[in-house]
Amino acid sequence: MKVSKSPWLMHYDGSSCNGCDIEVLACLTPVYDVERFGVMNTGNPKHADIFLITGGINAQNAPVVKQLYSQMPNPKVVVAVGVCACNGGIFKECYNILGGVDTVLPVDIYVPGCAARPEAIIDGVVRAVALLDEKKKALSQEQVSSKEA
Amino acid sequence: MSVRSVVPFGPQHPVLPEPIHLDLVLEDEKVIEAIPSIGFVHRGLEKLVEKKDFQEYVYVAERICGICSFMHGMGYCSAVENIMDVVVPPRANYLRTIWCEMSRIHSHLLWLGLLADAFGFESLFMQSWRMREKILDMFEMSTGGRVIFSVNKVGGVRKDMDKEMLREFLKVFDDIEQELKVLTKTFLEDYAVNSRLRDVGVLTKQQAHELGAVGPFMRSSGIALDNRKLGYAAYPELDFEPITSDVGDCYARCDVRIREIFQSIDLIRQAAAKIPEGELAAAVKGFPQGEHFMRVEQPRGEAIYYVKANGTKFLDRVRVRTPTFANLPGMLETLKGCQLADVPILILTIDPCISCTER
Ligand code: SF4
Repeated sequence: MKVSKSPWLMHYDGSSCNGCDIEVLACLTPVYDVERFGVMNTGNPKHADIFLITGGINAQNAPVVKQLYSQMPNPKVVVAVGVCACNGGIFKECYNILGGVDTVLPVDIYVPGCAARPEAIIDGVVRAVALLDEKKKALSQEQVSSKEA
Repeated sequence: MSVRSVVPFGPQHPVLPEPIHLDLVLEDEKVIEAIPSIGFVHRGLEKLVEKKDFQEYVYVAERICGICSFMHGMGYCSAVENIMDVVVPPRANYLRTIWCEMSRIHSHLLWLGLLADAFGFESLFMQSWRMREKILDMFEMSTGGRVIFSVNKVGGVRKDMDKEMLREFLKVFDDIEQELKVLTKTFLEDYAVNSRLRDVGVLTKQQAHELGAVGPFMRSSGIALDNRKLGYAAYPELDFEPITSDVGDCYARCDVRIREIFQSIDLIRQAAAKIPEGELAAAVKGFPQGEHFMRVEQPRGEAIYYVKANGTKFLDRVRVRTPTFANLPGMLETLKGCQLADVPILILTIDPCISCTER
């Protein structure tokens, strides 16, 4: 697969148990080390292309997640990491869990696992990169057609 | 005249893997007060006892926090075992001890890495995490999981380590010990590290006592308390002393945690030498009735599990008091009067675990 740019990712803990978060960090450190593919972790949403979210999102976190998402420039891809983020997982029945990232944001890629394994997370990121390219193309076409009109 | 301003810190911040929000009241660059607001990770999992039976709840207890997952599972199981008068077989106790100490090593290495990251020493961060991967590999070999293991159950454990595996592990620990010695030199002697950590955020013995600090945060202020001395799992049969320091600054906290890693390696060696043959789990019949307080020593300090059972398969109440919760008042105290640039380090030196705190 050809990657047209180095994707930067941002990670946010949306009410998870921490298990998936440390696995996300493990992807960025030696042994798994996605930095060798040019993938960088950034804390600034304005620099990020890919948004990795873990956890089932609670009421207090929902506005934070939405705000982070809105600050990211287009095109952007949202990856839900872990079963919690996919549909609430083991915490689905908790009174304070909304039940998955897709209750607040449009999610593009779901990474399963409790905790999600680094291999699975990397796979998710690779798919996100492909999707990012597609979105970019669609976006530029849109711009061209809107100019012509 | 100095200028007062309020700087919001978090919930999303590069040094914080987890969300917590602080409003820092500043006078020029000096922090006057820190006002926390929490609740970003509150899931309400204590109430899940009404929906999951006491055996199933072990899986929920493990997911209170992914870093100390083993100890959370064990603490909950021990509380229920005490209520039901189940005697855990000695081999299971030893296995639990070994896994506990492995968790402590992995947690402390993780913390060392994050600390290095907080003061901008990127390669030290990577080195710590590289070593941590070795522990995770051993966890994977012995339990099947890297961070969440599901290896505890009420009455004992589910998996065993055979002789050969233990021998392999001991060899890996020898390697880790050697590598850690090299890292220790950098952590404790490097000029840059020293200038960032020495005399920053001092918590006196008196303050630690009054604010109810726990764990390495308390021990680095000179109070020698370690719940492992209470004698759960196989700890009564092992030989160790709580590790302390009298200084109480960030450097002391780093020093104490590093020495605790060496202590944990030593404890694992002792346990591996003494581990008896036998059953892995005792049979559990019936439903629990009664209540129990269980205190265990986690990497971050004392965790308390309160379980109340009513004789049916659903428990009445589970309450968990985690170490970070006890350490927050101490952290806010150390933040007062510090420089803005030191805030990330000060927050990190209590080793905060927000998902434990808020559950
Ligand atoms: S999916 Fe599992 S490991 Fe990941 S955050 Fe949720 S409970 Fe924790």
